[in-house]
Amino acid sequence: MTMNPAIELKRISKSFGPVQANKDITIRVMPGTIHGIIGENGAGKSTLMSILYGFYRADAGEIFVDGKKISIPDSQAAIAAGIGMVFQHFKLVENFSVLENIVLGAESGALLSPSLSKARAELATLASEYELNVNPDAIIEDIGVGMQQRVEILKALYRKANILILDEPTGVLTPAEADQLFRILKRLREEGKTIILITHKLREIMDITDTVSVMRQGEMTATLETNRTSPENLAELMVGRKVLLRVDKSPAKPENPVLEIEDLNMFDDFGVQRLKNVSLSVRAGEILGVAGVAGNGQSELLEVLGGYQKANGSVKIKGSEIDLSTGVAGDGQARRAQGIAHVPEDRQREGLIMDFMAWENSVFGYHREKSNQANRFFMDNNAIRKEAEAKLDRFDVRPLDTKLRAKNFSGGNQQKIVLAREIERDPDLLLVGQPTRGVDIGAIEFIHQQIVALRDRGKAILLISVELDEILSLSDKIAVMFDGKIMGERLPSETNEKELGLLMAGVSGEAVQ
Amino acid sequence: MDIMPKWVDIVVVPLFSLFLAAFLAALLILAIGESPVAALNLMIEGTLLRSAGWGYMLYYTTNFIFTGLAVSVAFHAALFNIGGEGQAMIGGLGVALVCLFIPWPHWTLAIMGASIGAALFGMIWAGLPAYLQAKRGSHIVITTIMFNFIAAGVLIFFVVDVLKPTGSMDPASANFPPSTHLPTFQDIASLMGFEKAFRSAPANVSFFIALFACVAIWYLIWRSPLGYEIRALGKSGAAARYAGVRPVKIIMIAMMISGALCGMMAINTTQGESERLILNFTEGAGFIGIAVALMGRSHPAGVFLAALLFGFLYQGGAELALWTKIPREMIVVIQALVILFTGALSLMVRAPLERFFMSIKRADV
Repeated sequence: MTMNPAIELKRISKSFGPVQANKDITIRVMPGTIHGIIGENGAGKSTLMSILYGFYRADAGEIFVDGKKISIPDSQAAIAAGIGMVFQHFKLVENFSVLENIVLGAESGALLSPSLSKARAELATLASEYELNVNPDAIIEDIGVGMQQRVEILKALYRKANILILDEPTGVLTPAEADQLFRILKRLREEGKTIILITHKLREIMDITDTVSVMRQGEMTATLETNRTSPENLAELMVGRKVLLRVDKSPAKPENPVLEIEDLNMFDDFGVQRLKNVSLSVRAGEILGVAGVAGNGQSELLEVLGGYQKANGSVKIKGSEIDLSTGVAGDGQARRAQGIAHVPEDRQREGLIMDFMAWENSVFGYHREKSNQANRFFMDNNAIRKEAEAKLDRFDVRPLDTKLRAKNFSGGNQQKIVLAREIERDPDLLLVGQPTRGVDIGAIEFIHQQIVALRDRGKAILLISVELDEILSLSDKIAVMFDGKIMGERLPSETNEKELGLLMAGVSGEAVQ
Repeated sequence: MDIMPKWVDIVVVPLFSLFLAAFLAALLILAIGESPVAALNLMIEGTLLRSAGWGYMLYYTTNFIFTGLAVSVAFHAALFNIGGEGQAMIGGLGVALVCLFIPWPHWTLAIMGASIGAALFGMIWAGLPAYLQAKRGSHIVITTIMFNFIAAGVLIFFVVDVLKPTGSMDPASANFPPSTHLPTFQDIASLMGFEKAFRSAPANVSFFIALFACVAIWYLIWRSPLGYEIRALGKSGAAARYAGVRPVKIIMIAMMISGALCGMMAINTTQGESERLILNFTEGAGFIGIAVALMGRSHPAGVFLAALLFGFLYQGGAELALWTKIPREMIVVIQALVILFTGALSLMVRAPLERFFMSIKRADV
C-alpha cells in the first residue's frame, strides 16, 4: 500500500500586486517526517505557510491533506484539518496561566471550568506522551521563552494537530533550549506527527530534517533528502551562486584600548535594572563579540553607548570620559563627534527613516556636521546626494538609486545603507547590533567582510549578536551577557558552543569549568 | 516601488477628492431646490470675473496660507495642531497691543512690529500645549483644541474688559492709528493708475508676506537641518532618538513655528482688514488650515494652491448666500467633505486609482 502524503501542495501561486510571492509551488510531505523549508528573507516561505494556515488565499493551486483535497479559507479550517502553527512571535496572553492560554478559543461551552478541567486532564496525557512537561498553573509572563514555545506546541496538539508548522522556532532560544526543542520535535515524529520547519539556518536543517525544500524568489528551487546534501550545496541553491559560509580573516593585531567600560549600571523607566556592573574593554584592531539571548541587556548596552539612554558608571573613549547622564535628551550627535559609530539592532525602526530617500538616510545622525552644510542655515543637498551615490556604490547597494526610499530596498541592502553611512565615516569605535538579522546569505558575506576590513584598519568593534555562529566566526574575543551581567569572557579558539550556551543561560563561569 | 507615479499622488488624488466633494455638494444644492450649474456660474462670476472678487478671494487665501502652513509644519513632526483658531486669536491680541501701544511712524515698520507681536503671541499659545505634549505626554490634539476655548475666553476678556474704549458699546478695541494701516490691493492698484480695481476689497500687502512664508517654510522643511530633524521625528521617533535628535526640543520648535504662523494670520485680518481688534475675527480659518494642509499634502506649493481654492470657495459661498437660497454653510459642508475625502477617506480614493495603475503596469509587463 502506498501511503498518502500528510500534506501536499500542488502548483500554489500567490501574488501581492505586482510581486509574485509564490510561483507554482509543489510540496509533498510524508507522514511522520520532519520537512524543512529553507530560503532567504522574502523567498516566500512565510507566504506559503500563511496560505496553508488560512491567512491568505492562493491565487491558484490545490491543497491535499491525507490525500483529500481541501480548501482552507481561514485558520479555523486549518485547525479542523489538523494543521497547527507555532509562530515566530508567540500568540499568548501574557497574564493568563498556561491552562487558560491552551483553552483560549477552544472552550467547549459557556462555562469555563469544565473546559479547564478537561484541558488539565488532556494536558497530563500529552505531557506523558510527548515529554512536554509544563506547569499548567504557571503564568505565561513568569516562564521562559523555551517554556512559552512549549505552550504554543501544546496549544496546537490540544487542538488535535497532526501537522505542525514551526516558523523560525529557534530565533529566540538559547542553544540549549533549541536542543530541547529538537528533542521534542523528534519525539513528536516518533509518535507519527508530521512537522514542517521553516528556517534560514542551514545547521538546523542538517541536524533535524528528513527532507528539505529550498525556496528562492517565490519559487521552489529544489526538494532534497537531507542526508544527501550539504550546507554548501543548500546555500548555493538558496542564493543562486557559490557563497563563502566561513569568515575569512587573519588573526587580530590589537593595540591600545579604545573603549573602556567600568561598572556600568542602568535602570529602565520602570526601575528595572537592565545593566549590572558591566565592565568591558575593546582595543583598536579587535572585534569584541557580545553573545547572549535577546533581551539580556545587550540592546540597553548599545543604547547607552550610542548616547540615548542614561546610565551610571564610567565609559572612556580613547582615554577620555564620556557623559552618561544625558539620557533620552539625546547625545547621539556628540557621540558621533567623539568617533563612535553605531549600527543599531533594528535598522527599520532606528537605523533608517523608512520614508526617507536613500541619500537622506546616508547622513542620518551626521546631518548637522560641517561637511554636510552648504552654509550656516542650509544643508548641502547636492553634495550629500553625490557623496551618497559614491558611498552606496562602494557598499554595493542595489539598486544604486539614491532617490529610492529606504523602505523599497531589501533587508540586506537597507543594512548596507546603514553600514555605508557608519563605516565610511571611519569611526574609532563601531557599535554594531545584529548586523545580519534578516539579511540574505549573499549580503551576510559582504557585511562580514566590511566589518573585518574595518578592524584591519585598526578600529575597535563591539559586535552584539544573538547568532552564536556569527559571534564565533567574527569575534576576536567573546563576552557573554545574561540578565544584564557579563557572565564571562572567552577566546573563540578556547571555547565552544556548549560552554557559551551555558553562560548564555546564566550558568556561571566557574560552574562550567 | 511606489505603485503610482508621483504626479498622480500629488495632483490626481486631491483633485479626485475635490471632485467627489463637489459632486456631493451639488446633490445637496439640488435637494435645496437650486441648480448646481447656476450656483457654480455665480461663484465664478462673483470671484474670478471681478477684480473685487479677486480682492476678497486673496484676502481669504492669505488667511488660509498662514493656517495651512502652520498645520503642515506640525504635520511634518507628526503633530496634529488643531489649535490654529486659538493661536490666531491670541496672535490678533499681539497685533492689537503692538499697534495700539507703540507709536509707529510708518506702516512698513508697523507691519514688521505687528508680525513679530503676532508670531510671538501665537508661538506662546502653541508652546504651552507643545510643552505639555513633549514633557508630560498630554495629547496635543486634546490640548490644542482645549486651548481654542481658553483663547476665545482670553480674547473676550481683553477686548471687553481691557481694550474697549470707555463708553463704547461695541465689543472691539479702539481703532488702530492710521500710521499702522496697511495698503490694500486697491491702494496699490490706484498707485499704478488703475483707480477702479479691487474696489473696497480687503486683500492687502500681508498677502505678500504669506507668499514669502511659503518660500521660507519650503526652505525650512526641505533644506535646513532643523526641517530634516522635524521630518525625521515625524516619521520615526525611535530613529530620531538614535540619531541624537531631541524629541522634546523638536516638538517644541515645530509647534512654536506652527503657532507663530497661525498668529501671523492676524496681520491680515486685524491690522489689514478690521484695523481694530474684534471678536471672532478668525472665522474658522484655523480649522480650514487643516483642510488646506491635507489637500496641499503639507507642501508649501500645495498649501498655496489649496488656499487659493478655499479662498475661491469662501468668496463664492458668500456670493451664493447673497443671491440664492443656498446658505453660506454650504461652503462649510464642502470643506467638511474635502477634509473627509482627503483625510479620513483618502484610502477610499487612492485604492481604485492604485488598482488602475497596477493594471496598467501589468499590461506593460
